[in-house]
Amino acid sequence: MSIPAPAPQHRRQRYFFDNERVLGPLLLFPAVVYIIALVGFPLILAVLYAFSDVTVGDPRIRGTENFVGFENFRDVFNDGVFRKALRNTIVFTLVSQVFVIVFANVLALVLSADFHGKRLVRFLVLLPWTTPIALGVLGWFWMLDSVYSPIDYIMRRMGLLGPDSMFGPGRNMYWLGKSDLAQAAVVVVHIWRTLPLATVILLAGLSSIPQDVKDAANVDGAGFWRQLFYIRLPLLLPIMAVATLFSLVFTFTDLTVSLVLTRGGPVNDTQVLSTWAYFKGIQGGNLAQGAAIALFLLPVLIAIAIGMLRLARRSEND
Amino acid sequence: MATLPPTQRFASEGSGRGKQFLARTVLYATAVIFSLFAFIPFAWMIMTMFKTNNDLYNPRNNPFLYNDPPTLSNLDLLWNDTSFRTFIFNTFLIALVVMAVTVIIVVPAAYSLVRLAGRWGSNLGILIFLVYLVPPTLLFIPLTGVVADLGLQNSKWSMALVYPTFTIPFCTWLMMGFMRSVPWEIEEQAMIDGYSRIGAIWRTVIPVSIPGILTVVIFSFTLTLHEFVYSLAFVQSSGEKTVSVGVFTELIRGDVFFWQSLMAAAALVAIPVALLYNYFLDRFIAGFTLGAVKG
Repeated sequence: MSIPAPAPQHRRQRYFFDNERVLGPLLLFPAVVYIIALVGFPLILAVLYAFSDVTVGDPRIRGTENFVGFENFRDVFNDGVFRKALRNTIVFTLVSQVFVIVFANVLALVLSADFHGKRLVRFLVLLPWTTPIALGVLGWFWMLDSVYSPIDYIMRRMGLLGPDSMFGPGRNMYWLGKSDLAQAAVVVVHIWRTLPLATVILLAGLSSIPQDVKDAANVDGAGFWRQLFYIRLPLLLPIMAVATLFSLVFTFTDLTVSLVLTRGGPVNDTQVLSTWAYFKGIQGGNLAQGAAIALFLLPVLIAIAIGMLRLARRSEND
Repeated sequence: MATLPPTQRFASEGSGRGKQFLARTVLYATAVIFSLFAFIPFAWMIMTMFKTNNDLYNPRNNPFLYNDPPTLSNLDLLWNDTSFRTFIFNTFLIALVVMAVTVIIVVPAAYSLVRLAGRWGSNLGILIFLVYLVPPTLLFIPLTGVVADLGLQNSKWSMALVYPTFTIPFCTWLMMGFMRSVPWEIEEQAMIDGYSRIGAIWRTVIPVSIPGILTVVIFSFTLTLHEFVYSLAFVQSSGEKTVSVGVFTELIRGDVFFWQSLMAAAALVAIPVALLYNYFLDRFIAGFTLGAVKG
């Protein structure tokens, strides 16, 4: 973070708005108001909702009679689906992010080398991130169709599906119809979706490793693996943390993948906190319970925000 | 070895030609595998959108071939028999408002944080960025209440109102990066020449920041196009929907999926946005790396 140039000391104050104490807050005011009104206030409202009895039909909190204490949390927690959703959210996020970190490192390494067709590869690899997520997941939904999945076709041709075969005797796998397969599909789509972002962040980190460090390593005769583990990865750690925190947030709070791919099914086995909050709060009309469910995202988000702050501080102090 | 460009040297290890050949092979193979993983759903979209019903829904057909000649009728259905055009129009209209609001709010805010607020400003800048991490899935339920209270439920203007909540934090951060690189001297010179501070900003900082403003416009647009959760929660009638939510209601009628038109809609939106993103990628990354990467 660079230090802003100091304002000149001896300039005459000719206009009222030349005064920095007036102008600074004034220019910042609209942004702060917008964020307080439509992020800060709703965030507080989410907490209030969670302790109230509001519904989609009647979303107003009028007075103390609307507050019901911990009733929503009790109801939410006593529901087996919620506990499934909580577990799924954590498992899907952790599993997909382990793969994302490993793959992103490999892919960033590939894209930092020179080779023919690199621009095309970069474009293709980025596609999942640049596509509106709902439409990208729709593509997967069709690829994993219960009857017309091209994967099933290939497996049939290879003799893996169909009568008397390894995965037979059915002619289809029903990817999204069986719990374990559907869960795997959700994880794969999350990997597909967040890998590009993690990769480009790491790539930016790789390109910032000073050339003289690489040169020195080469002169000293350090091989590829040695350079990887003793130079690249340690130097990349802070930026890897940034990449991980971002993909953690996006995966942990995502609603679209589970909603479009499986609608939380089969039998709620791919339900996550955000989909369950949507089904209860918006579709079921019980805003209060929906808010209570979504609030379970908050502790993890706060932890991630603290991590971000620490990283930002450290890079400032360098 | 010493004549190779440094990146190449870094990527391929060892001295022997055989070892280097192996390294290149691994490099290309990895690149191809990841490209395929990323691209296959899109390839499948493009493949599907030109297929006839007869071809698509015959399980005996090889799905990787056009058993019937490709057809444009699915595109025709999408364009003329669904509200696709309305969705596109709504999306652009909302995006236009979001872009305008974002630029008007973000440019002064970024200037203020970089130039006027000092140390205090960089902390506030980080705080604003953290707002970007507050996810729609946490806010959509209370915001549904707020939107209803304002009488905007089931209206596209609800989205025009709410979308700046994620474009402002992200774009403020992007804009701060641009503002930092504007030399203070030209602004000072303008003030010595007799302009007020605001006059000096308008005549020197704004023109130099045009690339930054353009980036803000592009990302306000793409983030609007990407948004799904708020749109899903706020709006129920087709006439008010954006494209990423609209195609689901119009092209999935009960149990009937209009797969070719669905895929056409997805591909028609995805590919142009991808091209746009690719062009602005480096600036986009700058916004994400939180200043942790310098130079």
